[in-house]
Amino acid sequence: MDFKEKVLQVIAEVCEDDVVKEENNLDIFEAGLLDSFATVELIVQFEEQLGINVPITEFDRDTWNTPNAIIDRLNELK
Amino acid sequence: MTPYSSFLFFIILGILLLPTMILGIMGKHLRYYNVFVSIAVLALIFSGGDEGFYSLVLFTVLQLILIKGYISYRQKKNSSLVFYLMSFLSILPLILSKILPFLAVDNWASFLGISYLTFRAVQIIIETRDGLIKQQLSIYQLVNFMLFYPTISSGPIDRFRRFQKDEEKRWAPEEYKELLYKGINKIFLGFLYKFIIGYAINTYFIMNLEHIADGRFSYHLLYMYSYSLYLFFDFAGYTAFAVGVSYIMGIRSPENFNMPFISRNIKDFWNRWHMSLSFWFRDYVFMRFVFLMKKKKWIQNKMLVSNLGYILLFLLMGVWHGLAIQYIVYGAYHALMMTAFNFFETWNKKHKRWPTGNIMTIVSIVITFHVVCFGFYLFSGRPFQ
Repeated sequence: MDFKEKVLQVIAEVCEDDVVKEENNLDIFEAGLLDSFATVELIVQFEEQLGINVPITEFDRDTWNTPNAIIDRLNELK
Repeated sequence: MTPYSSFLFFIILGILLLPTMILGIMGKHLRYYNVFVSIAVLALIFSGGDEGFYSLVLFTVLQLILIKGYISYRQKKNSSLVFYLMSFLSILPLILSKILPFLAVDNWASFLGISYLTFRAVQIIIETRDGLIKQQLSIYQLVNFMLFYPTISSGPIDRFRRFQKDEEKRWAPEEYKELLYKGINKIFLGFLYKFIIGYAINTYFIMNLEHIADGRFSYHLLYMYSYSLYLFFDFAGYTAFAVGVSYIMGIRSPENFNMPFISRNIKDFWNRWHMSLSFWFRDYVFMRFVFLMKKKKWIQNKMLVSNLGYILLFLLMGVWHGLAIQYIVYGAYHALMMTAFNFFETWNKKHKRWPTGNIMTIVSIVITFHVVCFGFYLFSGRPFQ
């Protein structure tokens, strides 16, 4: 599994919806798939499964809003 | 002089901002002239004597020492104890300002805007802890951010890194014209909201309610609706002034309201009402609390963690408004509503009993509106008199 697939898998698990794997430009906050609680879960999973540390304050809803955007941000932090 | 409360304030501000607008349209850097405007307006606001000028100076010096000291420390070490201690010291003046009135002593710690300024300062310490602010900050950067006069008295609460991006930006003439246009638009919206609609609701309705209502129940019911609308128009009007003036200064301060009365549920409401405050609590209290619980694996149950987070957030938000009974009850009420909704949402996700469709959306909006208005009724203090 490459990095992109891994990230999508984590997002899909936290959102409890596989749609994020298909629609990589879906705004997951607007779609109601992710709230602040799930966001924390996502951050914890990124740390546990991918070993990438995302500070909570770094997770800005304007720049982390779609699966593609999240993959880009994680690539920057890797 | 309280900001945005009199026409004199607007006239003085208008004259002071004329050169800012001309510089902006010419594409010049706004920074140097804006420093002058800031000092002049701060002097105007705090020269009355009742606004706590000396407390403000003391507060600012304390925060500067804490922030600069913590950044230096954080460049070398990162102990949780030091972080919590610094955060506590940063909030201490606010705590004092809330407690001192109960000790029947002079409230020397308080000044206009302390609740809002504290959040701007603590936030820098938290982001330094998270490693997002690494470089030492200059006194100019810190003072300019903390004492940004358009939003000093009641927010919106901006974030340091966002503010800094705008502050360092040199707007092209076309971009600045757009900002100016939006800013002036907001200021006129503020006049409409605060001085026309809000004023009318208060003067012609709330103050005459004794004659309009025909019984105790109808009095309190009408008070609940009218106070809620008044609170929105008054505060949204103030915010429009604050954001509008920020825009003219070249800073895009965040918004506070996004049509709160069409919220579909209580969670939706907190994404639309006093947003800069609720997002502050979301990012710096709720999410950090949940993260800590999950990471340390202290509490495994999802529902329990999120509900404890909501209770913590809303009780804190309540006492942040003040230690009076109405604010504490207001906080507890919203904590209760959020946890109740949390249970309902989880249950409904599984069973899908709540029908969807246009009619149900309207029903949801009407229910939420009433839940919210009852909250404002508690907040007003009327039931406790």
